[in-house]
Amino acid sequence: MAINYFYPDYEVIRNEKKCIKCKACVRQCANEVHAYDEELDCLVSDDASCVDCQRCVSLCPTRALKIVETDNTFKKNANWPQAMITDAYRQAGTGGVLLSSMGNPQPYPVYWDKMLINASQVTNPSIDPLREPMETQTFLGKKPRTIKFDSEGNIVSETYPNLKLSIPIMFSAMSYGSISKNAHESLARAATELGIYYNTGEGGLHQDFYQYGANTIVQVASGRFGVHKKYLEAGAAIEIKMGQGAKPGIGGHLPGTKVGEDVSRTRMIPRGTDAISPAPHHDIYSIEDLRQLIFSLKEATDYKKPVIVKIAAVHNVAAIASGIARSGADIIAIDGYRGGTGAAPTRIRDNVGIPIELALASVDQRLRDEGIRNDVSVVVGGSVRNAGDIVKAIALGADAVYIGTAALLALGCHLCRSCHGAKCNWGIATQRPDLVKRLNPEIGYKRLVNLLHAWDHEVKEMMGGMGINSIESLRGNRLMLRGIGLTEKELDILGISHAGE
Amino acid sequence: MLKKEGQIRIPSGCAISGFINRSGERISGDKIVKSISYMHDRSNGLGGGFAGYGIYPEYKDLYAFHVFYEDSAAREETERFLEEHFDIVNLSRIPTRKHKNIINEPLIWRYFLEPLPTKLAASQLEEKEFVAQSVININIKISGAYVFSSGKNMGVFKAVGFPEDVGEFYRLEDYAGYAWTAHGRYPTNTPGWWGGAHPFALLDYTIVHNGEISSYDANRRFVEMYGYKCTLLTDTEVITYIIDFLNRKHSLNFEDIAKIIAAPFWSKIDTLPAQEKEKLTLFRNMFSSLLITGPFSIILGFDGGIMALNDRLKLRSMVAAEKGDMVYIASEECAIRAICPEVDKIWSPKGGEPIIVTLNNGGGKRGN
Repeated sequence: MAINYFYPDYEVIRNEKKCIKCKACVRQCANEVHAYDEELDCLVSDDASCVDCQRCVSLCPTRALKIVETDNTFKKNANWPQAMITDAYRQAGTGGVLLSSMGNPQPYPVYWDKMLINASQVTNPSIDPLREPMETQTFLGKKPRTIKFDSEGNIVSETYPNLKLSIPIMFSAMSYGSISKNAHESLARAATELGIYYNTGEGGLHQDFYQYGANTIVQVASGRFGVHKKYLEAGAAIEIKMGQGAKPGIGGHLPGTKVGEDVSRTRMIPRGTDAISPAPHHDIYSIEDLRQLIFSLKEATDYKKPVIVKIAAVHNVAAIASGIARSGADIIAIDGYRGGTGAAPTRIRDNVGIPIELALASVDQRLRDEGIRNDVSVVVGGSVRNAGDIVKAIALGADAVYIGTAALLALGCHLCRSCHGAKCNWGIATQRPDLVKRLNPEIGYKRLVNLLHAWDHEVKEMMGGMGINSIESLRGNRLMLRGIGLTEKELDILGISHAGE
Repeated sequence: MLKKEGQIRIPSGCAISGFINRSGERISGDKIVKSISYMHDRSNGLGGGFAGYGIYPEYKDLYAFHVFYEDSAAREETERFLEEHFDIVNLSRIPTRKHKNIINEPLIWRYFLEPLPTKLAASQLEEKEFVAQSVININIKISGAYVFSSGKNMGVFKAVGFPEDVGEFYRLEDYAGYAWTAHGRYPTNTPGWWGGAHPFALLDYTIVHNGEISSYDANRRFVEMYGYKCTLLTDTEVITYIIDFLNRKHSLNFEDIAKIIAAPFWSKIDTLPAQEKEKLTLFRNMFSSLLITGPFSIILGFDGGIMALNDRLKLRSMVAAEKGDMVYIASEECAIRAICPEVDKIWSPKGGEPIIVTLNNGGGKRGN
């Protein structure tokens, strides 16, 4: 039916004068956009298959290619944008739920961009991180409530396992299966080199990566894929995934096409089957059940590892976080509605959840109001995009941040949002061996290290500008933030003043 | 209209001075007035004050409350509160003399008090906590009343004005104490509220502080979890609460407190012996929000001693000297030489290195 044929969103523009017919684009495109026409001795494109991942553009040796947004247009309608109309056509054609990948791209407010950072002038000197010590090391986990020493000065109070981070940034959960083995290796090696942690996601831990256990957070999600005693013992911390910012309220879905031999063994599921994690944990229907799982995991690992509970930022996130803090969790991870995903139903990704900035501000304040902020650390993600966002997150009250999308960008991701197609031309969100090998972990891990070193330096520069030489003195220091263009209510929730006040 | 202290945070520069006699000999208050007056240019007339220890030997077992009232209604309400919770052994106006540079003075009263045993028992609090909460209650709940001194055998005297004028106004030559501290304030802007002058005090802790801490809101939001309420939004207030929290509530000594609020850098901690490293690592982890960054030099007064401390980068001047039983601390050397021209030893303490001086033998002459 003609209605099901759409003019492509993106057009491949080839400059015939520049094209040398080397066919690199043909070889590079897993979506088979490019083809060589032998009769006409020229390259042709199927625009309809293009996802605008920029792989061919990047690798065209003569820069003969570019991808442009089409100017073909439906009749303009502010209430019915073109994408919404074609979504309706697609669903009328298939009866299916629409799928998307990566974070919510809709034009909701980004609160990071509506906050500004302070700097010292006159009454208080700024500090130059190139000349003076500037500390970004931090610990995550429960702190003792009291401290007592014996007569010899030894600490006799009970202490709790903590994670030591050389910089307050971690790689957030991305499962092996949703991303490639080479992507995982890059993350694991970068975390080890940086003295931070990466997170297995819900797909288990590949046998080759147990060697990076000291810098690994192992995740336990509702599907329990790849969870066994040795796995729990391998990591430095255990994360219970209750929710994800990109798809609060639902589980996960790894298509069978991504479940090859290795993924099948790591996840402990049959090859080629869809890996579907249920929406809730079926042993957690309330907060008291969560407490039991937390302590089951602690028992299994001899109380040597902090337990993280990860939740999506939803409307009553403050009350939920407070309940989690009282349930024995050592760290709460909150994932905002802009957090990435390998696949999520489009309507859920684009409509469910709340901004991480507001969730963080209300959780931090709530835990303080209840006097339990020191019992638990708070880590936020979804989405933290640069060093400025990190400084703002910590000033609002976060102990550290999780980055996912930014880490994938360092590995070459161009945010084409087509991960669910499993044909990632950059070798990240795919399991096809010919594509996976395009991502060299030797280079990948170094790029991740570079990115975080750069951000760490930028964080230090901004801290020094404020006259702060330790990340601890920035945490929760909301006086260092001012809002710009925010309403009274928004300022109230963020707990900050407006610029000029 | 300018906002009052507490509605807005006001950065200030300052001068501090203090001394202690280790054998507990009591020294007249005019000495400290003279010392601080030599740093006149470090103040701008918008706040000055003093704390004296050992000044009320005749009432040494009673809590001495010094209170500012805006009007007699505030006084009546406060006295009703005090009568309900305390046995008021003595009350009077604090003697002052008219001074041309000190104007708009509030009503300034002094009470010697003892918690009512029945009220104390009913509250299920320790005595000091009961007193501290009473002070915080009055300051938050009674409009126009402000308790600015609440320890035993010690007292704070402060006002809007240059410190030397404040000293004359309060007739400090009539008091004698084993330790004194002083403060001259250089705020960037303030309508000049008497309660906002320094020292800031809670129970027998007093702080005089020169600096502007960059960790303020991190510190404030942490201590407010534990029953404190920062109403003035000043550094001095929050530092006093931190000291009270660590010393009184966590029973940590002043050496350890210095290692928390002016913590050694991680690079230094990593080089320490295992036991010390473990302790300092736990301190920095457990009390991470009590690290104070940005410039400060403080003199903490407490029952039986003083502690002087600089921030860990030493971003504010502070000098110390000794002469016999006397130990002097000041922002500038001139303030020490003014009252002790010939010292045995004078030095500039390193950043983060506390000078803690306590009375010998518990201070025989301080009336204890």
